[in-house]
Amino acid sequence: MDTMTGRVRGLARWETLLLLIIVALVVIGTAVSPVFLTTRNVPNLIVAVIEVSIMALPMTLIIISGEIDLSVESMAGLACALLGVLSIAGVPLEAAIPVALVVGAIGGLFNGVLVTVFGLPSLVVTLGTLALYRGLALAILGSEGVSGFADWFTTFGFGTIPGTPVPWPAVLFIALAIVLGLVLHGTWWGRQIYATGKNNAAARFSGVRVARLKLVLFMLSGTVAALAGIILTARFASARADIGQGLTLTVVTIVLLGGVNIFGGRGTILGVVLAAIVLALLGNILRLTNVSAEIQSIAVGLLLIVSVVLPNIAHQLRSGLSRPGGGRLSVASAGAGEVEA
Amino acid sequence: MTTNVAAGVAPPTGGAVARPLRFLARQRELSLVIVMVLLGAFVALQAPQFLSRANLVQVSVLASIIGIAAVGQAIVVLTRNVDLSVEAIIGLVAFAVADLLAGRTLSEPAAIGVGLGLGLVLGIGNGILVSVGKVPAIVATLGTLSIYRGLLLVLAGGKQVTLTDLPEGYTSISRADIAGVPVFVVLAVVIVVIAAILLRQTRFGRQVYAVGSNPEAAAVIGIRAGLVTFAAFAACGLLAGVAGILWGMEFGTVNASSATGVTLSVIAAVVVGGVNIFGGSGTVVGAGLGALFLAFIQNALILLRLSQFWLQAIYGIVILVAVLLDAAFLRRLQRSTSRRRA
Repeated sequence: MDTMTGRVRGLARWETLLLLIIVALVVIGTAVSPVFLTTRNVPNLIVAVIEVSIMALPMTLIIISGEIDLSVESMAGLACALLGVLSIAGVPLEAAIPVALVVGAIGGLFNGVLVTVFGLPSLVVTLGTLALYRGLALAILGSEGVSGFADWFTTFGFGTIPGTPVPWPAVLFIALAIVLGLVLHGTWWGRQIYATGKNNAAARFSGVRVARLKLVLFMLSGTVAALAGIILTARFASARADIGQGLTLTVVTIVLLGGVNIFGGRGTILGVVLAAIVLALLGNILRLTNVSAEIQSIAVGLLLIVSVVLPNIAHQLRSGLSRPGGGRLSVASAGAGEVEA
Repeated sequence: MTTNVAAGVAPPTGGAVARPLRFLARQRELSLVIVMVLLGAFVALQAPQFLSRANLVQVSVLASIIGIAAVGQAIVVLTRNVDLSVEAIIGLVAFAVADLLAGRTLSEPAAIGVGLGLGLVLGIGNGILVSVGKVPAIVATLGTLSIYRGLLLVLAGGKQVTLTDLPEGYTSISRADIAGVPVFVVLAVVIVVIAAILLRQTRFGRQVYAVGSNPEAAAVIGIRAGLVTFAAFAACGLLAGVAGILWGMEFGTVNASSATGVTLSVIAAVVVGGVNIFGGSGTVVGAGLGALFLAFIQNALILLRLSQFWLQAIYGIVILVAVLLDAAFLRRLQRSTSRRRA
């Protein structure tokens, strides 16, 4: 019981810290740039990270369950390429979009089957499909760029909800965050995800259908990645096979910055949503102050490392006071847990 | 390759055919060589220029660059870690050395020395984060991938060093040979042999395998896992630095986005070479052969006039097949040991 309340308190602290960072960033942003909180800038700020933020939501569930999906950026690219190819073939978007989503689900299922049925490590499987899905995208569309999509589609990508500075894709993010937040934190399913991530074998022996659970999570991840690819297509008003390259890095960064443990078993949707906001604000401030992409890349990398080092140091200090050597053992057992999963 | 897949996943029948196939599944190095010879024969029949000297040099030089980086990656993976930042180290070293030479700031040996030192320092950075900071390797090197790439962006900006900016002596090394064998290939072979001896014959090597197969047991018998892991990352950084220098020599044109995506090829080479992604088993010879295999496939696609767009997809399939074979072999091994015990 004691450790339970301790853990809740620890998590609360992490999210409070993120919230404080957000407040600080808003203060800094308004101080350095007069346009920061204007209705013209806020939509830019949001859409710049919308695809990665959407992909981060199912990724949160997958990482909490003890796995990882590196193939999301390529699945987004494949969905984008599919829209392009179907558009050339004269298929209307109303039919092409469901096709892209279904292909996303199938791609996720393929990842899931290799991980659960064949018992392969998800890190390598999704590294393989990262190359495979991108290759398929390039194979079907080549280096062509396809444009000329329907007006309602590009309006969805560019426009905001009338009367608000909220871009349309943000609605999808909010809805998905609420649904997945409820599932993860309020249902039997969510508790099964945590149990699986903490101890795969123990979860299986206590009746969790681990394979089916992970299969569903990978399918969800693939489908949502395809959705992100569709949003990317709408936002750029063009379909290209190489779209979304390198996004997985940012997706995983958001999830880990949100306080999710890379070895599974710990993390919240709220933390990940806050981390996405931190990244959106940080990127926007750096852009507004013309610090450009160079420093942004360094800042994101530092943020990611610091977000892990700080809790580690705090943990070691605390356990060093109570029982010497406790910190080191927990790291070792975390590594062993990953292998079992 | 397809026969191998079938053999890998099929249940063990124990017949006269299954036994040699099982042997091959265990001997990844040998099976890679056999697959390459068979595929090579096929490609040579379809496109005779495959066996031309110019083509073989091109394939082996590319394989050498990736192979050297793969040796470093293999050592890290053997300790049950991973280094995702290698492409940023390769790019950063390639650019830094080329930039120093283009400005005629340093002589060639001095610039190469700086490049090696830079690779080592970047590897040490990873090592400190993982060993001292206790940051999981995948997180730490994901972070340093961003940071090192960012440093390269700062250093390079929109600049580009091209072939004509570089001293003639520097870029011609990639075309030099020793007794007909390209210098790069000789260097790669020497590095693979040194690393193989280091891993097989020395205490450090045995500690690498021990830490990778069971970190807790390694700690119990007094191996300082942190130190071993640190050394592995430092070595990986140094070898990525070597690969970066060769990259600059071979391609001549270096800019802020050089070597983007190379981490995937390097890890693919390691996995295809039979190194277990969870550490403890595999060889650097396998990693080197894995790099050769990938370069060979890329070349075959070009010679057979297949679309380069399929390359990525084929890399993906090769990774999946390799890891499926690993898993099938492991399961069989477990089954046979449990049978023996029963």
